[in-house]
Amino acid sequence: MTDLLQQLINGLALGSIYALIALGYTMVYGVLRFINFAHGDVFMLGAFAGYYLAEPVAKVIPPQTYLGGIVVLLLAMLICALLGVVIEFLAYRPLRKRPKLTVLITAIGVSLFIEYTCQHEKVFGASPRKFPDLIPNTTWELGGLVVGSAQVIVLVTTILLMIALTLIVQRTKIGTAMRAVAFNPQAAALMGVNVNHVISFTFGLGSALAAAGGILFAMNYASIDPLMGVQTGLKAFVAAVLGGIGNLPGAALGGLLLGVVETFAGGMKGISNYRDAIAFGILILILMFKPSGLLGKQQTEKV
Amino acid sequence: MLEIKDLKVSYGAINALRGISLTVNKGEIVTLIGANGAGKSTTLRAISGLIKAESGSVTYEGKSIFNQPAHKIVSQGLSQVPEGRMVFANLTVLENLKMGAYLRNDKAAIAQEMDYVFNIFPRLKERVKQQAGTLSGGEQQMLAIGRALMSKPRFLMLDEPSLGIAPLLVKTIFEKIVEINRQQGITILLVEQNANRALEISQRGYVLESGAIILQDDSAKLRVNDQVRKAYLGG
Repeated sequence: MTDLLQQLINGLALGSIYALIALGYTMVYGVLRFINFAHGDVFMLGAFAGYYLAEPVAKVIPPQTYLGGIVVLLLAMLICALLGVVIEFLAYRPLRKRPKLTVLITAIGVSLFIEYTCQHEKVFGASPRKFPDLIPNTTWELGGLVVGSAQVIVLVTTILLMIALTLIVQRTKIGTAMRAVAFNPQAAALMGVNVNHVISFTFGLGSALAAAGGILFAMNYASIDPLMGVQTGLKAFVAAVLGGIGNLPGAALGGLLLGVVETFAGGMKGISNYRDAIAFGILILILMFKPSGLLGKQQTEKV
Repeated sequence: MLEIKDLKVSYGAINALRGISLTVNKGEIVTLIGANGAGKSTTLRAISGLIKAESGSVTYEGKSIFNQPAHKIVSQGLSQVPEGRMVFANLTVLENLKMGAYLRNDKAAIAQEMDYVFNIFPRLKERVKQQAGTLSGGEQQMLAIGRALMSKPRFLMLDEPSLGIAPLLVKTIFEKIVEINRQQGITILLVEQNANRALEISQRGYVLESGAIILQDDSAKLRVNDQVRKAYLGG
């Protein structure tokens, strides 16, 4: 029982990170109907932003404090938000009227470009680095359960970010505009919405969440490298599809589910080596029976 | 108020508009009638900035709005109720109306506008919390018109407001269009396949055929014009 609970906590922590990244995939898909394959690399850049910010921030705020950790997190989110806006502006906006396949292939190109530029020795270099301790490293034991401060922070941060995201999307003017653009960009333009601004905002928001995911991931797994976004990004994409691409609660649910399943599979004797196969197997199964994903709706239009 | 000169639009090799000119004066209801594919919607979409025109000029209140992006055009007081209504099905009725007032910041004035919309379409008030996608076709049309009014336009373009709507509601919709024109002093350019009704409520009309205007006259005269009667009014 304790084992199960322990695995559940570990799984939720991992799943939270998938969820944060998946939200970005799904938001961009919502407004542009394409998969931004470079999103996983923004996650990686978020982790590296945290890595490089840790030292300068430590000069102002004592290292290994929660306040310091939060400042690093917020700054990295801001940097990646700007980066996301720039990526969209330079790589995707010129292709706005082109077939979706063109944009999709460009996204793969952007992804490879970021990965290989970052592996260059003058940039980050290819070898893994140890991520600095941003927050106090404590572990709590509760009746056999071991919970680390990094895990708690992952869960708490994810919950807070999801609440913030929900408020932005549901309650603010720009959030309503995002939903309007997602449904019909032309109609939104007729309301006076500058669709390009909304798309930039969406990229910024998604990239900020990915950056948060990157830092939380690095805090939990301690090591970062320029290719860390490849597999995690792919899994988060799977999570977004699992939950129903274009659907925000779906992305969150898909991420958590994938994290938990993967952790449980990884903890079982005999199948632990197949944890990724299991994750993708689930995707195939769900898509066979519910092609629109767990919470995705079949688009119907009233005539 | 609105003057179009020699407007040309093409989709690839197809010439959708082959140089049309039309004028709408302040306070008028002007209708653009014609068969399917004649270029009626294209005309409205070119005015509202949803598509780029090839050449020509569009002047609104003395200023050129030719080929400006759609969101810039709305801000100048032109609003379009698009064909097929295009209400945001995933948003509530209230959110749809608020989207209509996207460029406005004066909360009191927006509330006043909303009152007016609820006044002419009481049905919308009953359904404010409902998702727009759950409304009937007629209700969606009301919402689309109400949403366009929320930007407080001086010039309103309606694209096929009677399309796919129960006959009983069609009558209401046309009555409301006249009401909006009279009460609010909003100038209206109406595109319709239902030529009969459109000519009934409008002062002047243009007949569009294969991307060119073939006739223009007072609506009353068009209604008795043989050519129009045969082609668009069912004999």
